[in-house]
Amino acid sequence: MRPSSAPVPAPSAEAMAAMIDKGDTAWMLVSTALVLMMAIPGLALFYGGLVRAKNMLSVLMQVLTIVSIASLVWVCWGYSLAFTSGNAVIGGLSKAFLAGVGPGSAAATFSNNVYIPELAFVAFQMTFACITPALIVGAFAERVKFTALMVFTVAWLTLAYLPIAHMVWYWAGPDFLPGAPDDAGLLWSLGALDFAGGTVVHINAGIAGLVGCLIIGPRIGHGREAMPPHSLVVTMLGASLLWVGWFGFNAGSNLEANGLAALAVVNTFVAAAAAALGWALIEGWRHGKPSLLGGATGAVAGLVAITPASGFAAPGTSILLGFVASAICFWCVTSLKNRLGYDDSLDVFGVHCVGGIVGALGTAIVADPALGGQGVLDYTRSPAVAGTFALVPQLGKQAAAVALTLAWSGAVSAALFLALNATIGLRPSRDVELEGLDLAEHGERAYNP
Amino acid sequence: MKLVSAIIKPFKLDEVREALTAIGVSGLTVCEVQGFGRQKGQTEIYRGAEYASSTVPKIKVELVCPDSLLARAIEALEQAARTGAIGDGKIFVQEVGHALRIRTGETDDAAI
Repeated sequence: MRPSSAPVPAPSAEAMAAMIDKGDTAWMLVSTALVLMMAIPGLALFYGGLVRAKNMLSVLMQVLTIVSIASLVWVCWGYSLAFTSGNAVIGGLSKAFLAGVGPGSAAATFSNNVYIPELAFVAFQMTFACITPALIVGAFAERVKFTALMVFTVAWLTLAYLPIAHMVWYWAGPDFLPGAPDDAGLLWSLGALDFAGGTVVHINAGIAGLVGCLIIGPRIGHGREAMPPHSLVVTMLGASLLWVGWFGFNAGSNLEANGLAALAVVNTFVAAAAAALGWALIEGWRHGKPSLLGGATGAVAGLVAITPASGFAAPGTSILLGFVASAICFWCVTSLKNRLGYDDSLDVFGVHCVGGIVGALGTAIVADPALGGQGVLDYTRSPAVAGTFALVPQLGKQAAAVALTLAWSGAVSAALFLALNATIGLRPSRDVELEGLDLAEHGERAYNP
Repeated sequence: MKLVSAIIKPFKLDEVREALTAIGVSGLTVCEVQGFGRQKGQTEIYRGAEYASSTVPKIKVELVCPDSLLARAIEALEQAARTGAIGDGKIFVQEVGHALRIRTGETDDAAI
C-alpha cells in the first residue's frame, strides 16, 4: 500500500493507516514476543541460576512481578508520558489508559510515509519498560524486601524510565519533524543516537542497580563466605534466551522489517559472539581456565554494547565493539568491583551500565560512514536525506546522553531507595536473609527433596 | 565379619564395584560424601571471585564381608581405586558384631 509518488508530508490519520505494511506489523508483533521472552524466562533464569538455591524463587518472582507491574504502568500512563508530545523532558497524558489508541491508529517509523499500527508500537515498547526495571534486581539480589521493590518499580518507571525514554526516543516522526522541528525529546533533539536502548535500558538500569546495592549494603557474609551460583545450567539457559530475544530487541527497534533490521540482526549476532569469545579468551589468559559463566557473561556484555549501535554499525565494527566491551566489563567485574568492595551481586553495573556506556560512546565511532556505518538521516527534510556525520561532535552528544542518564537515574534511584529505606524498609531482617528469601518472603522453596 | 569403608574418587566407583563383585562381594552401600585429607579443597572462580572450598566431593563405599574374603576385598578395592595421584582415598576396616537379613531372618555370614 506504500505510495510510489512523492512523500506526503504530515499525513492525516486515514493516510497514515494506509501506509501500514503487513510485513512490518508482523515483524513488530514477533519482536514484541521475543523481547518479553528476554525478561521472562530469559533474564529470570539468567539471574536465578546465579543466586544461592535458597533465593532462587525470590529472583524469579521479582522478575515476574516487575514485568506484570510494568506492563500495567505502561498502558495506564507510561506510554503516554514517554511517547506523546509534551516538553523536552516528559510527554503528556493525552494517551493515558491508551485513550484514543485503537486498531486504526498508526505510529511513525524511521522512514517517511511508513507507519505501523500504534498498538504494535505500544506493545513493543511495553516489553522494554518491563525488562528495564527487572534488570535492576540483580544488583541487590538475595537481600531486598519484595514489597519495597515493587513500590520502587512503579516509582522508578515513572520518574526515571519514562523521562529518559521520552528524552532519548520521542519524536513526532519523519513526516512531522519538518513542520514541528521542536517536537522531540531533549536528547533526540541534541542528536544523541540510541538505536535500541543503551541509555534508556542499560545505563538507566545499571546505575539504578549500583545506587541500590550501595544503599542496601552488602549481603551478610559478603567477601567472607563462599556464595557460588547454585546452577550455571539455569544461567546458561537464561543467557541463551536473552541472546535469541535480543534479535527482537535490537532489530525490532528498527520498526520496519527491512535491510536495516537484517543489519541489526547480524550486528547483534556477531557482537555477542565476539564478546563471548573475548571473555573466554581473557579469562583463559588471566585465570587459566575459560568458564561457562564467563562466556555467558561476555555474550550479555556484547549484546548490551551493541544495543545502541545495532542499526548504525557494520558487522566488522560490531565485532570490535563486542570485543572491547567484553574486555572492559571483564575488568570491571573481576577487578574494579573487588577493589571498591561494593556488593553488586549479579554485576548489573559492571555488565549493563559499563557495557551500555561503552556501546553508547562506541556508537559515535561505528556509526561513522567512513567506517562502514550508516551515519544519520537528516529528518528536517522530507523525504529525509543522509546528513553529515562528524565523529568527534557525535561523541560529545553521546557522552552528554550518557552523563544525563547517569545523573538522572542515579539521583532518582538514590532518592527512592533512601525514602523507602526510611519508611517501609528495603532490607529484610537478618534471620530472613540467612534463612533465604524463598521460604521467608514467598513461603516456598525451589527444590524439594 | 568385617565392615570395610572406603573413601574413593567419585569416578572410580564403577571400577571398584566391578572389582568387588568379581571376587564375590554380593552387596555394597554407596554414599556421596564431602571431606578433606592431604588433598585439601579445590579452587573455584566465578566472575573473578575465587572460592577455596575446604572439602572435596568423594564417594564412600561400605561393604560387610566374611573374614575369609577380607584380604581379597581390600586388595581389589585398593587396586581398582588407585590412580597414584593425591586424593585417591582411604580404606578402613571394623569388626561387625552381628548381621541379619530382614526378609528371611538369616543371620551373620548367611545374611551378607
